[in-house]
Amino acid sequence: MAGFDKVVTTYEDAMSGLQDGMTVLAGGFGLCGIPENLIAEIKRLQTKNLTIVSNNCGVDGFGLGILLEDKQVSKMVSSYVGENALFEKQLLNGELDVELTPQGTLAEKMRAGGAGIPAFYTATGVGTPVAEGKDTRFFNGREYLLEESITGDFAIVKGWKADRYGNVIYRHTAQNFNPLAATAGKITVVEVEELVEVGELDPAHIHTPGIYVDRVIVGTFEKRIENRTTSE
Amino acid sequence: MALSRDQMAIRVARELQDGYYVNLGIGIPTLVANFIPDGMDVMLQSENGLLGMGTFPSEANVDADMINAGKQTVTAVSGSSIFSSAESFAMIRGGHVDLTVLGAFEVDVSGNIASWMIPNKLIKGMGGAMDLVAGADNIIVTMTHASKGGDSKLLEVCSLPLTGKGCIKKVLTDLAWLEIENGAFVLKERAPGVSIEEIQAKTQGRLIVPDHVPEMVF
Repeated sequence: MAGFDKVVTTYEDAMSGLQDGMTVLAGGFGLCGIPENLIAEIKRLQTKNLTIVSNNCGVDGFGLGILLEDKQVSKMVSSYVGENALFEKQLLNGELDVELTPQGTLAEKMRAGGAGIPAFYTATGVGTPVAEGKDTRFFNGREYLLEESITGDFAIVKGWKADRYGNVIYRHTAQNFNPLAATAGKITVVEVEELVEVGELDPAHIHTPGIYVDRVIVGTFEKRIENRTTSE
Repeated sequence: MALSRDQMAIRVARELQDGYYVNLGIGIPTLVANFIPDGMDVMLQSENGLLGMGTFPSEANVDADMINAGKQTVTAVSGSSIFSSAESFAMIRGGHVDLTVLGAFEVDVSGNIASWMIPNKLIKGMGGAMDLVAGADNIIVTMTHASKGGDSKLLEVCSLPLTGKGCIKKVLTDLAWLEIENGAFVLKERAPGVSIEEIQAKTQGRLIVPDHVPEMVF
């Protein structure tokens, strides 16, 4: 099945081709559903001057937060970055640029980018600092902002199960931004907990069809919990 | 007496209706989930991609892959659905959520809301708040009426960078229930024992006080 076999066995191969100055789209919400081993590989590679597009930037010492330690990130595109003291320090020092983007707009930028739509109008952010410098237009009497889509040189994605063809399903709310990032990377790398046989996943239940996926790797995950809350 | 956080949640819960899909923000809005009337079916939307959020899990059922928008571990109710962030905000932006409850720093008489940024002090980001206020028709803002220093949060014009423009019509503070109509706050209800004079003194934006302003009953 060589033609559609997307599986790679080393993280070195998984992130092969990543270069300084590239844009990387990352799935995950907080620490939930983040491609933790692919992030660790980017740290090992010491690639610099990266633009990272991700809803959040991990926490100090885990997730995307580890890429700040050696100043590998020059720009973050995120909706919320409040969990990370090092991020705030580098931002205030001018070592890091951040483009704060409303969460739904960020999701749609990736979705549209992956779907070949270069820009879209949304009411989100009209009259706020997000609207500065952007075109606006009225439709049916309401004002909308023109937001440009996002694509990346790489997309790094965390799935639950995949087959060799790169068909992926996500587990619970670890889905979040992952299927959107997966569509919008020139090279999309998915790390999963489990590789299953081709044909084992129900075709109607696949979240990310293999056409979007270039590489699949099986990893083991810490799955750190950011805010453990129980009823007891 | 100013309302407690629980009393604020109880007052907001009176706006719920059977069959509502509701998005609750972080803080006091989250408490509303504790006061859904018996026999009423309400489904909670969490913008990270969960419709039908349940209670917090038992220690044995904690699952790192099951969280809410506040990054807390949660459960999903029977009949829930889970989806991507794009799908989640399609629901929100498309106006499919029946009620959105969220906090704010300031609201003004034009229905503008500021809730995400204090220049040179707080740069955490807006998360989903801008999408929520732009997409919802029915929004309740919950906040204290004035800051600890006594500065009004109900203003003629918001002083902080906006989250949304002209989108707020209902505000519940610890002192009063107000609705925004024709460029003014209209005082609809007051907290038990809180005088109209106190509310007037703590409201900087134009305030209309009808002849009769009932006290809330708890």
